[in-house]
Amino acid sequence: MNLSLSDEQVFLREAARGALSRFKTLEAAREAGDGEEGALPDLWPAACEAGWPGLLIDEAHGGAGLDAFDAMLVLGECGRVLAGVPLLGHLPATAILGESPSAAEFMADLASGERRAAYLPAQPPTDAESRWSADPRSGLARAPLPLAGAPGGDGRVALTGSFAFVPDAPGADVLVGVAEQDGRAIGVAVLADAPGVKVEPVRRYDATRSLGHVSLQDAPAVVLDAPEAALAGAWHLAQALIAAESLGSVETALEVSVAYANERFTFGRAIGSYQAVKHSLTEILRQLDNGRSLLYYAGWARNGAPDEFALAASAARSVGGRALDHAARTMISVHGGIGATWEHDAPLYFRRAQLSRRLLGGTAGATDRVAGELIAQAA
Amino acid sequence: MDLDDTPEQAAYRAQVRGWLDEHKSKAPVIQGPGAIQDEDEIVAARRAWQGKLAEGGLAGVTWPKEYGGQGLGPIEQVICNQEIARAKVPGILDAIGVGMLGPTIIAHGSDEQKSRYLGPMLHGDEVWCQLFSEPAAGSDLAAVQTRARQQDDGGWRLSGQKVWTTNAQFASYGLLLARTDADVPKHKGLTMFIVPMDAEGVTVRGLRQISGEAEFNEVFFDDVALAPDAVVGGVGNGWGTALTTLMYERVTIGLGGEGMGYNSIRFAAAIAADEHARRDPEVRHQLGEIASELLAVRFTGYRTLTALQKGQIPGPEAGLAKVTIVNGAIKAGDLIADVVGPDALSEDSEWAYMISFLPGLKSAGGTEEILRNTIGERVLGLPPEPRLDKGIPFSELRSKEGAAA
Repeated sequence: MNLSLSDEQVFLREAARGALSRFKTLEAAREAGDGEEGALPDLWPAACEAGWPGLLIDEAHGGAGLDAFDAMLVLGECGRVLAGVPLLGHLPATAILGESPSAAEFMADLASGERRAAYLPAQPPTDAESRWSADPRSGLARAPLPLAGAPGGDGRVALTGSFAFVPDAPGADVLVGVAEQDGRAIGVAVLADAPGVKVEPVRRYDATRSLGHVSLQDAPAVVLDAPEAALAGAWHLAQALIAAESLGSVETALEVSVAYANERFTFGRAIGSYQAVKHSLTEILRQLDNGRSLLYYAGWARNGAPDEFALAASAARSVGGRALDHAARTMISVHGGIGATWEHDAPLYFRRAQLSRRLLGGTAGATDRVAGELIAQAA
Repeated sequence: MDLDDTPEQAAYRAQVRGWLDEHKSKAPVIQGPGAIQDEDEIVAARRAWQGKLAEGGLAGVTWPKEYGGQGLGPIEQVICNQEIARAKVPGILDAIGVGMLGPTIIAHGSDEQKSRYLGPMLHGDEVWCQLFSEPAAGSDLAAVQTRARQQDDGGWRLSGQKVWTTNAQFASYGLLLARTDADVPKHKGLTMFIVPMDAEGVTVRGLRQISGEAEFNEVFFDDVALAPDAVVGGVGNGWGTALTTLMYERVTIGLGGEGMGYNSIRFAAAIAADEHARRDPEVRHQLGEIASELLAVRFTGYRTLTALQKGQIPGPEAGLAKVTIVNGAIKAGDLIADVVGPDALSEDSEWAYMISFLPGLKSAGGTEEILRNTIGERVLGLPPEPRLDKGIPFSELRSKEGAAA
């Protein structure tokens, strides 16, 4: 039994914190929120220098050969300072490509960060919904996956369809995801500059989050020989990564709020001495600690108990997402009026919480999958 | 990062499993078909079974060898618990004595006390109970009013009342926290005693709860005579001695959450059994939220175990797992009863029992509010609640409270 960070993992986390501390990410987030073009620093070179693009790629292909949990540690550090490092898009894409023997030749460039990938999020079936689906532009109904035609002479297929709100799609070199062919889910990769591919950058509420709508019109795609389990695994990995990122943001929200509760006095006492304030801050800690435990679960399950990875990652997303929701609101209320103003960092975390909750199937979608996995187990 | 046994742990697990395979046919049946019905017979059978477990080295796993234990760590204790659960046999009857009170005596007791009491405790020959909480001293445990007055011969006279006492109805001894000096601030005037439960002036009365069953007791002490050597850990040192017991209580709770049966798969099975509920988005959403948190607690337990394995002692944050479990189970009880309807509340329903038990459990081992205070102050470093009792002799405090009321 060992459920703690190894020395290497502690080092990875410290190094990530150090690397991101060289950038004024929160100031940039505020300026970007003011509409200042180019305010956000390009963090990809720093990520490449740190070796993050190749975190999940085999050493034989130029990567670090690390595990999902290591990637979660890095995402947690990004979440602490709202750093827009495009790993949420890149890492799940490399996870699919890493299980596609035919993609081996591309891995070195993706590991070094020479080329950047973005994952086209596709939700695997649940006990209640037998089809794969994509996130809709709007509304509760899930969207269909793009359709892949019959292979042409060069072995490529023509893809037609769209993906909405794809993390880190703008500027990516290659888009990796799932399409439907003859009623079956297949892995596909398409170059972003291929004919028929359009990536429309979109900004919603949180300027630090890069998103794009991807539309495909007879776009030539390579069919990947990744097994369907790897395609589903990428979705669950994305859930675990956004959970880790959210919990990193929760850490900051808690630290900043505790510091303020110690120094701000009303009626002759520090406000942190009032039970109402103290208890809402311990509630953040409770949810944070539950979330951390589930990151361990997801990190362990991906290799140690693959059948439980969907449950573990969905539970982490559910708890992590709700934790950030609660922490961001509590951060504002503990600070009083100032917490709701542009002067403070709290609105930046609140905006992050609001948008994250609605991406990648939504926190509620992950919560539903937890129920579905357990109901299927119980039946 | 892994959940696997080390080779040494695997060997220990095999040894425990082997012993259980050989002896489990002699274990008493206390649940399901063929179960013993009579309460006294159950207790007698479980005491005998505890003796067997002790002989086999399956009781007092973490106790030092010189007191009859195995001298092993908390991981081995957990392995032992897991194997006992797997073999579907009862564990030891006196989990409170062996898990919390024995270790307190080992830490603070005299040599005579250790040699007199520990052996019979471990083997179930003498069952113990914990006499700490009182009607007006629970979360604020140092406010106990049960009074012990020293006599000219060095002995003591004890009067007062304790409550929430598990196993008192058949216990041989109790470990009791009493006030011995009311003229000093409240934490300083306390002393820990060993009390024979058959002494004259001790009255045990069952305390019925919401379920209608009496799983706890009230215990009354009317001028009970105690010998001079009944004191554990020195006169006036009762608070420090009590903190040792409470630390072991935290460890026990931290390692035993799943053992209470409040787990996600059991609750999911109740929902899955209803064709409509299992497809209802609102029911699924609630189940998903509850289950995620209960799953988290399982892995918090593994993190606690890892820390224990490295020689770290769980801090007050372990109390957060209890908050999660209790509140999660309360929500699960509500959800399942909403799905099942009034039948979930029939007297023989497992859900009715759970729903009845949880409101009290919320306060067990400290109310949720006091746990959140402690964690806020000791873990997050928030300033303490202003206190009106600091440095004030207990006797004055009582009169102040009287005046304010």
